[in-house]
Amino acid sequence: MEKYKLAFYWASSCGGCEVAVLDVHENILKVIEIADIVFWPVALDFKYKDVEAMKDNSIDVCFFNGAIRMSEQEHLAHLLRKKSKIMVAFGACACHGSIPGLANFFYRHEVMNRAYLETPSTVNPDNILPQEVTKVKEGEITIPEFYDTVHTLGQTVKVDYFVPGCPPVPDQIMTLVEALIKKELPPEGSVIAGDKTLCDTCERLREEKIVPQFKRIVHTIPNNEKCFLEEGVICCGPATRSGCGNRCINANQPCRGCFGPAPEIHDQGAKLLSAIASISAINEEERVGEFVNSIPDPAGYFYRFTLPYSMLKRKLLREEKK
Amino acid sequence: MVFEPKIVGFLCNWCSYAGADLAGTSRMVYAPNVRPIRVMCSGRVDPTFVIKAFLEGADGVLIAGCHPPSDCHYQEGNLKTMRRIPLLKKMLKQLGVEEGRLRLEWVSASEGEKYARVVNEFTEQIKALGPLNWKVPQPKGGKH
Repeated sequence: MEKYKLAFYWASSCGGCEVAVLDVHENILKVIEIADIVFWPVALDFKYKDVEAMKDNSIDVCFFNGAIRMSEQEHLAHLLRKKSKIMVAFGACACHGSIPGLANFFYRHEVMNRAYLETPSTVNPDNILPQEVTKVKEGEITIPEFYDTVHTLGQTVKVDYFVPGCPPVPDQIMTLVEALIKKELPPEGSVIAGDKTLCDTCERLREEKIVPQFKRIVHTIPNNEKCFLEEGVICCGPATRSGCGNRCINANQPCRGCFGPAPEIHDQGAKLLSAIASISAINEEERVGEFVNSIPDPAGYFYRFTLPYSMLKRKLLREEKK
Repeated sequence: MVFEPKIVGFLCNWCSYAGADLAGTSRMVYAPNVRPIRVMCSGRVDPTFVIKAFLEGADGVLIAGCHPPSDCHYQEGNLKTMRRIPLLKKMLKQLGVEEGRLRLEWVSASEGEKYARVVNEFTEQIKALGPLNWKVPQPKGGKH
């Protein structure tokens, strides 16, 4: 049997998804049995020109992790799409923008200034910022363009399967691998994860979801058995897709929402906001301010993993000040 | 050209829509900028609706429902709205939408005059803020 050709690529991400591939432990042998890896910058020495030299559609499956933040990543997304039969958005950043996508709360110049001028550990007396093109006596040197907005992979190229999670869990990876082996692939556009909300799969004790006061997790020690929300700790379970194996919940930490919006919903943040406001016990108009103040950063909390994927996608773009 | 704001108004079936009707049948003259949408309850107004209105060209969104605590036909729909909209204002502010573009008002079926006043005030407020012009950023298209 001819082996499958696999490619792995990372764009704007932390590298955790690369490691998550190895979380399948000895099952990796099953993968190696059926597949050859033809491109994997983190582990194997291939150059972009090797990919360019491949025939179109010659890669069977490309696992692409990371969001699209720079021109180089966008270029590779298009190149790998052309060379691959199946494109998989692997991990929260590729699926929904995730943590790198939180930069969409800022403008490009703010990100640059923070990184190169303002951080206390930075010494940059001449205020030098990265330039796309620099002239030196040998000629011009260039670096990729840094975009003003982080995009998801699905907004950039056509994606066949979405594997959410920060990082994805071994179950999801093996589901896909086994589907490949059996040649029983799910319908195009499928999300390889649960088809319920996390709350639906949670085994913690729920009595009556009415919350007198919301608290930050740092200010409380959660009870090991009760629903986090009933204890006043914001948990993203009501609007988040299941399929993670409830790892955070079982470690006595509330859900942070990394699997993205639950099925049938698009905007995880708006739905979470709606759910959280519904269960507050405050019923007096003059006390609404108390409720609003108890949630210091609603956008950051509710869109933690999905800002670039959300309806608004980013903070409103006004004329950028130079 | 004078800027005429587009305002989407979500009015609850039982109180505020009837209030707006009263303003009309009483032949009150007020700003024509609100496009009313009748919903069964102000509590039915999902924050997604508000965001969608802004995305599709609204400069302001008005939500009107029954007076709290106890006028709601569904007993507590308006209480949910009462908590939801201020939190949504706070969240939208973080995304660059001024708080003044979203307004929550309680209008009963007998308050036609109040409805007309609210619409006039809100229209002036949005005129002062100017157009929202939300542009959804698109990927560049891989020219590199």
